[in-house]
Amino acid sequence: MRDYNKLIFELSKPGRKGYRLPPLDVEDKDISEYIPEEFINENELDLPEVTEVEVIRHYTNLSNKNYGLDTGFYPLGSCTMKYNPKINEDTSRLDGFANLHPLQREDCIQGSLQLMYELQESLCEIAGMDQMTLQPAAGAHGELTAIMVIKAYHEKNGDTQRDKIIVPDSAHGTNPATAVMAGYKIIEVKSTENGLVDVEALKAVVGDDTAGLMLTNPNTLGLFEKDIKEIAKIVHDAGGQLYYDGANANAILGHARPGDMGFDAVHFNIHKTFSTPHGGGGPGSGPVGVKEHLAEFLPVPVVAKDNQRYYLNYDYPNSIGKVKDFYGHFGILVRAYTYILTMGKDGLKKASEMAVLNANYLLSQLKDDYNLPIDGLYKHEFVLGGLKGDLLEATTLDVAKRLLDFGFHPPTVYFPLIIREALMIEPTETETKETLDAFAEALKTIAKESKEDIEMLKTAPHNTVVRRPDETKAARNPVLRYEG
Amino acid sequence: MKVLKDLFYSDDHEWVKVEGNEAYIGITDFAQNQLGDIVYVELPEIDDEIEKEEPFSAIESVKAASDVYMPIDGKVIEVNEQLLDSPELINDDAFESWIIKVELTDKGQLDDLMSSKEYEEYISEEV
Amino acid sequence: MYPYIPHTPEDEREMLDAIGLKSSSELFSDIPEDVALNRDLNLKPSMSELEVKSYLNNLAAKNCSTSKMTCFLGAGAYDHYIPSIIDHIISRSEFYTSYTPYQPEISQGTLQYLFEYQTLICNLTGMDVANASLYDGGTAIAEAALMAASVARKDEIIISKTVNPQARRILKTYAHNQGFTIKEVEMKDGITDLEELESMVSDDTGAVIVQSPNFFGIIEDLEATSQITHKAKKAAVIASVDPISLGILKKPADLGVDIVVGEGQGMGIPLSFGGPYLGFIAVKKNYMRKLPGRIVGQTEDVDGKRSFVLTLTAREQHIRREKATSNICSNQGLNTLAATVYMVTLGKEGLREVALQSTKKAHYAFEKLIESGKYKPVFDKPFFKEFAIKSDIDADKIIADLRKEDIIGGYHLGIDYPQLNNSILYAVTEKRTKEEIDKLSSVLEGI
Repeated sequence: MRDYNKLIFELSKPGRKGYRLPPLDVEDKDISEYIPEEFINENELDLPEVTEVEVIRHYTNLSNKNYGLDTGFYPLGSCTMKYNPKINEDTSRLDGFANLHPLQREDCIQGSLQLMYELQESLCEIAGMDQMTLQPAAGAHGELTAIMVIKAYHEKNGDTQRDKIIVPDSAHGTNPATAVMAGYKIIEVKSTENGLVDVEALKAVVGDDTAGLMLTNPNTLGLFEKDIKEIAKIVHDAGGQLYYDGANANAILGHARPGDMGFDAVHFNIHKTFSTPHGGGGPGSGPVGVKEHLAEFLPVPVVAKDNQRYYLNYDYPNSIGKVKDFYGHFGILVRAYTYILTMGKDGLKKASEMAVLNANYLLSQLKDDYNLPIDGLYKHEFVLGGLKGDLLEATTLDVAKRLLDFGFHPPTVYFPLIIREALMIEPTETETKETLDAFAEALKTIAKESKEDIEMLKTAPHNTVVRRPDETKAARNPVLRYEG
Repeated sequence: MKVLKDLFYSDDHEWVKVEGNEAYIGITDFAQNQLGDIVYVELPEIDDEIEKEEPFSAIESVKAASDVYMPIDGKVIEVNEQLLDSPELINDDAFESWIIKVELTDKGQLDDLMSSKEYEEYISEEV
Repeated sequence: MYPYIPHTPEDEREMLDAIGLKSSSELFSDIPEDVALNRDLNLKPSMSELEVKSYLNNLAAKNCSTSKMTCFLGAGAYDHYIPSIIDHIISRSEFYTSYTPYQPEISQGTLQYLFEYQTLICNLTGMDVANASLYDGGTAIAEAALMAASVARKDEIIISKTVNPQARRILKTYAHNQGFTIKEVEMKDGITDLEELESMVSDDTGAVIVQSPNFFGIIEDLEATSQITHKAKKAAVIASVDPISLGILKKPADLGVDIVVGEGQGMGIPLSFGGPYLGFIAVKKNYMRKLPGRIVGQTEDVDGKRSFVLTLTAREQHIRREKATSNICSNQGLNTLAATVYMVTLGKEGLREVALQSTKKAHYAFEKLIESGKYKPVFDKPFFKEFAIKSDIDADKIIADLRKEDIIGGYHLGIDYPQLNNSILYAVTEKRTKEEIDKLSSVLEGI
């Protein structure tokens, strides 16, 4: 099955069908009676002709070429690949949730509104924020929404000269891309040798043109920004706002809250912290919480409650407007709320604790063979700087590719940019000690091979269905669709 | 690393070859080596007037993208369209594969650029 | 013990020993006292699966689902039939529990279905290049507009008032923040006023956005729109289309459109109270390098085997950072798989038949509803699967009365268009039967 190499188009045979509709039960007039011929496509559609069995076999075979969380360990730094509970899949498919039109009357949608309201309240509590919008479609979309809210705040205050957003050099690429999309210029602030925001450098760049600072805490290296209160004060004193990128929130649930650290706005990556599946790249969900002074700018509608009635509140005259069709990725929100109910206040706190334990334990097993540019207590993830040894030919890319042969998904590589040969490892709380030990063992074996059998690494992977596809060729001569 | 004589060099690794009031501009061998396999070169439009230190092109490799900056003020009079189909020409010979030809507006600015000798020293420090 | 947290107390002890810590609370010793949360979160305590299910079953039961009521509501989200095969394929955990396919060796499944999806979208729209999807139809319009305007180096975007009001609001939000000017073209008898459009298009125009079938279900003249728009140098025509309608309507590429976007929910994705859905975008080749979002390309591996990778990544935020085309960092992964399976399962004949049946049933419903004269057509233009009718009766009363008869009524157009007060937009898909339509008609007659 591993060798299956057909595209669905290559299975097509004229006359085959994979569907059946009921016969038309209204009068069957020619379409030209309804729609003028100038609008009608007279040609056949360019779609394949296949049977249901072929479709099932085809995609089942493709699925066998994929590695999922249910296949094995997925220690992608900054991605929080924790187990995706199966009950979440069931609840999101409940008839009342899955088959509900978003524009139905308010009395027909009370169950969904109640769920969204309770989720908003839960996320506000977890974040230490006052109001929440569930609309953003993904983390990057949440970032954009939050930064637009901050911009609306400054505009209302007449502070339109604030045209710069400060971003640490360790930040995820979405941060600067988001700020530009919201119409801002970027100022990058360097990290200290210890991997934290350089407070002195920050002081030097803030001013009356500062709109805000975008920060994760723990940061991208997995380190807690201990000076967060001072950082917040510096930004606030300059008149800026503080935005919390929730990418690393899995480290602090029930232990610390962005709101208490001084952040004014926050987004959560529901698909990271709250266990919803990544789906091969999406759909995600990126709710945004804000403190009271920013609440009036949230996108509409916000789910609200009046006695026992839940409703969609559009009465936000200073809202930034709409950022998304309807009310967000509801199906993903159902999964997230299911997870929050399952874990409860005690389980969420325990989850963060175990995520941090797993990260620090794994690190303790790898220190001897891999560079650790910054030593210390990590939170949910840590960053290694490639294999030890000065003149090694083996790169982080080789290590990652060789890990595939051991049946593991490699960590995030070459990010953050400030660490050379970075391997960013986030084990999450849902992995057993045995899994972590096996993974550490694989990395140690690879370290050994790097000294004894470099070819083994350079030509890795050896057991996968394809091996090091040529990305240069793909980008130089793009083939982006099947041409027959 | 190859460095050609009689060209002017910027500290962003662009070279300038002057012919009267006009000049060809490209990136250096050192720069192409840093970028790796080039997969795409974005070109400006003819008649664009671009000031010194403004980006006039972007060069993409598989894992990186870099802006290319004007070493000197100029008005674009020709672009190397060959690069659209064959961006690897820059990898093959960075000095042969000019990116744009410009009409110079201030030849005095050439004094701010490095000579080949100065540039050689400059890149030896960067390594 | 929690079902998703595996450590026994002995595991915890051994691991803490290995790190050199006495207790797990020391793991958080780096969080300063004045920041640490020294109380429990104010949430419910953890619950068993049985308890959680029963709680959520109760919530779901408070909603009126389209399986219990008959849905004539559309306005951007449609009750089309979803073949069983789709949920079975997207429920394979190798697909839904995988990450973005950054490691091509163990992601060929995801990469290949995205490549197939891109091909299908290109084939349906006639365009050269499609990406691996955007969040939804509304944000796809905004992303397309920003891309087109920046490629054209213009700062004015024109959008027709017959485009879904929701999408227009999203566009305004996005455009405001980047300093683009949005101008709206008036409508005339339910379609874009092309004369007004002609007077508005100038050399400042970066893009003209229309929707066809438009918000009222009416088919717009994309060809004429393209001709008018292209009089302005470099201006792009962006058409938002219903992919199901492409089962019978001409391909946008053949009508001069530069960028096609749309909402793919109708292709095998449940209504799910508004999301997650699927935004698609397909463009002429000259926009390829400026497309927002992920793109999959075909290549070869070291052994010469056909393989697929994420490509043209230099456009994206993780490389280009502040110079990226867009900040988007995900696609609708699993929903693109649903749409892919939908398109191939229905195939050449099936998609056409869904489109034909929807059109014919919608026209049957339209004629039935206006038969007695109590309800009148709002517009007199060719439509696809949605149409508007009006009466003297209050629209909210009509929708409330229909609900009593287990019918989900249409969308009150007065919400977005004051001049269309008490006009209701009804959607009819292939799922509706003659019996259901006749019942709608008789209930409406009785109001």
